[in-house]
Amino acid sequence: MRSLYFILTALSVIGLAFWAYHENYETQEALSEAEDLQTQISDARQRLRVLNAEWAYLNRPDRLRELADINFDRLGLLPLQPNQFGRIDQVAFPPEDTLLPILDPIEVSETEARP
Amino acid sequence: MIRTPLRPLARILEARSNGENPDAIERENIRIRHEQMRDRARKRAEGRLFVLGIMFTLSFVLIGGRMGVLANSEPTEPRSSVAGAQIVAQRADIVDRQGRILATNFETHSLYAQPEQLVDPERAADELVRIFPDLDRARLVKDFTGKRKFLWIKRKISPEQKQAVHDIGEPGLLFGPREMRLYPNGRLASHVLGGASFGREGVHAAEVIGVAGIEKEFDARLRDPAQSHEPLRLSLDLSVQAAIERVLYGGMKLMNAKGATAILMEVKTGEIVAVASLPDFDPNDRPRPPTEGDPTDSPLFNRAVQGVYELGSTLKIFTVAQALDMGLVNPTTIIDTKGPLRWGKHRISDFRNYGNEMSVTKVIVKSSNIGTARIAQMIGGERQKAFLEDLGFLDPPPVEIVEADGAQPLLPRNWSELSTMTISYGHGISTSPMHLAAGYATLANGGRKVTPTLLHGTTTAPGPQVISEQTARVSMDMLRKVVTEGTASFGEVPGYAVGGKTGTADKPKARGGGYYEDKVLATFASVFPAHDPEYVLVVTLDEPVETSGDEPRRTAGWTAVPVAAEIIRRVAPLLGLRPQIEPGELAGITLTSN
Repeated sequence: MRSLYFILTALSVIGLAFWAYHENYETQEALSEAEDLQTQISDARQRLRVLNAEWAYLNRPDRLRELADINFDRLGLLPLQPNQFGRIDQVAFPPEDTLLPILDPIEVSETEARP
Repeated sequence: MIRTPLRPLARILEARSNGENPDAIERENIRIRHEQMRDRARKRAEGRLFVLGIMFTLSFVLIGGRMGVLANSEPTEPRSSVAGAQIVAQRADIVDRQGRILATNFETHSLYAQPEQLVDPERAADELVRIFPDLDRARLVKDFTGKRKFLWIKRKISPEQKQAVHDIGEPGLLFGPREMRLYPNGRLASHVLGGASFGREGVHAAEVIGVAGIEKEFDARLRDPAQSHEPLRLSLDLSVQAAIERVLYGGMKLMNAKGATAILMEVKTGEIVAVASLPDFDPNDRPRPPTEGDPTDSPLFNRAVQGVYELGSTLKIFTVAQALDMGLVNPTTIIDTKGPLRWGKHRISDFRNYGNEMSVTKVIVKSSNIGTARIAQMIGGERQKAFLEDLGFLDPPPVEIVEADGAQPLLPRNWSELSTMTISYGHGISTSPMHLAAGYATLANGGRKVTPTLLHGTTTAPGPQVISEQTARVSMDMLRKVVTEGTASFGEVPGYAVGGKTGTADKPKARGGGYYEDKVLATFASVFPAHDPEYVLVVTLDEPVETSGDEPRRTAGWTAVPVAAEIIRRVAPLLGLRPQIEPGELAGITLTSN
């Protein structure tokens, strides 16, 4: 009885030690993964900042103005003028006969009955 | 354990037979037993003390050892915490009101040399000069072969340059990471942004510090790691600013002016939507302050805030508004404008002779110095000074750039009656265009004081009521009439009901002693739309001359006003302002008599 008790104790110590080491290794792994992710995040932020700066640089008003001038033939862009503002009541309603007749009407009751 | 009896029978009997006292045996035994007990107790106490001593020694060794380890090991960041990810940049970005970037950071490299490790200093110097033509070869060779152990070669280099230096293959040329400040829009809003440079420098990093403008004013805020992920949001609007700078530059060239400034301000909040000062500079490569010549001609000089000028007739509306508010006059009161007005040895005259008398409205519309001086006499110097103080004309402008603190308005030392008269039409007091814009915004805001600001979305309590709403509305009507029938007729922009006041001030000679005949400062301070003011625009041209006619014209009506009108035409649609039909005069009953 006593020897069985000793064996069980020893086994449980070995088992606990194994579990503890296992947890330790997993923690280490998680930490290094977190570190990797941190590095990736900071790299991504870094890239984002560079891209933002580049976006701002490429969209600087001087350049856009020059591009608008160069491509005037194709785009015809001009500065915004006061007379380009419109009012909603200046937009005409579409003529009524442009609505085509409905050729394949769907019965509402039928669609509801369908499973 | 078997206890020894205190009175062993054998010995007692023996003692009795010998005629001895058996109690002596008992006492002897008690003594021996006490001695044994004492020895045991002592041994146990000693053992306890020993164990305690060992425990103390061990804990001291442990704590001491840990302290030693902590003191001698390299500090590392905790691996599991996420706090490090929050700090994204050394310095926060600056953005405009819509979040478009005005200033950001950029990773670059610095180049330094450790001459001891150079293999072939001569060749290294040759190659470096080939990559960076601005370096001096002789000096590099001297540094490389001398006793120096370390020298900076370039503070900032581009990736291409870095690769080129790498390709030299010299182990003594080394790179350190550098975060630099980048202004992607170049010259845009250069005076507001100011610029940045490096503070304390090390091989691995360098401080970026603001040297001027808003970068310096908010240096602590921008460098605060807790706020580095939140950009500083300015009230400027990138596209409006670009349009204004462009039109102003064109106007400045067309009017042959040597400098120009424009301020566009929101009336209700005091937020500055655009502020331009020409000539300007590139904050990415901020020039050094000039050591000779007139500092006000330098591109670094911010005319909008630092330039304190006599702004001329634009100040007349404040005199009239005060007189209206005090009930001294009403718009139809007739003022004596018979000229010239003599005061001691001084004489005040008008640009043209406008007749002997005029209504108050006409005084503003025709811009009569004499009429305004007469009104100022009614007000008196003390009240005039108090009113200008209320409007903020006597203190540096409260704008959030570092240069603003130095822009102290110039006032007469002795506020005499003559000063009162000249100040009423804008001479004898020098203020910045920013003051003027704030003053006009106050008039346009129904008489509630407006404080100019460069930050977007900071809610402030409404300012104190400087003049009544009624007076403010009457002043707006007068300003509108200046454009429709007065000196600023070129300022009419269909749909935007511009109201404003021109001002043409002779420039004072730098050495003192009067004014130049042919150098003026032309200003147009305007409000649009006049019936429901939204924006204030102040345009100032320095030494303009318009030469399309037979003789050169310098008045603001011919120079600053057309430029301002063009700015409004370009900018108002960008601001989302629809052209409106001005509400007409109410059809009143006209008194007629036969």
